[in-house]
Amino acid sequence: MDVISLVEKKFLKSDVPDFRSGDTVRVHVKVKEGARERIQVFEGVVIARKHGGLSETFTVRKVSSGVGVERVFPLHCPSISQIEVKRLGKVRRAKLYYLRKRSGKSARIKERREF
Amino acid sequence: MSIGILGKKLGMAQIYNDQGQAVAVTVIQAGPCPVVDMKTPDKDGYSALVLGFGKVKPKNVNKSRQGLFGKAEVEPQNTLREFRVDDLDGYSVGQEINVTLFSEGETVNVSGISKGKGFAGVMKKYHFGGSNSSHGASVVHRRGGSSGASSYPGRVFKGKRMPGRMGSEKVTVKNLTVVAVDTDNNLLLVKGAVPGAKNSLVTLFKKG
Repeated sequence: MDVISLVEKKFLKSDVPDFRSGDTVRVHVKVKEGARERIQVFEGVVIARKHGGLSETFTVRKVSSGVGVERVFPLHCPSISQIEVKRLGKVRRAKLYYLRKRSGKSARIKERREF
Repeated sequence: MSIGILGKKLGMAQIYNDQGQAVAVTVIQAGPCPVVDMKTPDKDGYSALVLGFGKVKPKNVNKSRQGLFGKAEVEPQNTLREFRVDDLDGYSVGQEINVTLFSEGETVNVSGISKGKGFAGVMKKYHFGGSNSSHGASVVHRRGGSSGASSYPGRVFKGKRMPGRMGSEKVTVKNLTVVAVDTDNNLLLVKGAVPGAKNSLVTLFKKG
């Protein structure tokens, strides 16, 4: 095993759920406000998963009061406490950047059924 | 200069700290380095430790080194480096220096041979500004401009920065933080970049 991945192994999360582009997820993020810590939830469609190993990230897009909002989360970051998969999406490509130009009916994603 | 350790730069990685921030680190395989010889003030006029690092095939060790390793009763080492120390007390020939020399949060100085860049122009080598890309500029886009005045002094001053070989020289980066020490695998994680290519030799100096 190469040493770099040996170093990274210690920091990898073991409880990352199986999700991919097109899925709708709820990301629970720890937010520090002074001394207090609370959980903020960001719900949206995963439009990309990038890189690998410890530096893997995923992009979540949602439309909030008519404005498109995208956040990039590091998958193994300790400040992400939980990732819930709400809905599985059936899409034909890995990066759903085309959703940025769509809205309403054309921005829908078909549901994927797992058997 | 002070006591330190020899290592091999294995590459860079990204890890998360306690605050959940991503930290770029360099992974260095450091030591264990046996003390092969000691330089004493009586005999050599200064005090230093000679540390060895890296495996070498016995057939590739010359007679003079063979004698040195035989006398110290250590395995043949690929590289030998001297580390100046103030006091030789507490050190002995054959003793091993390993990553426990450093602890987490400590700052270190790291030396290495930087990557060679070949024959580089002044823009890359000395960060000259170059010239316009357009507005009638021709040929001069990346040139260094004037190299001095005319008939007085009638020559180019010594030390004028000109194009030439860049890189492949000794570079020391100071005050890098040790993020983690892995004693089982002899690894040190140092915050930030260190000079040199992957698998190149680096020297870590303890501060103070």
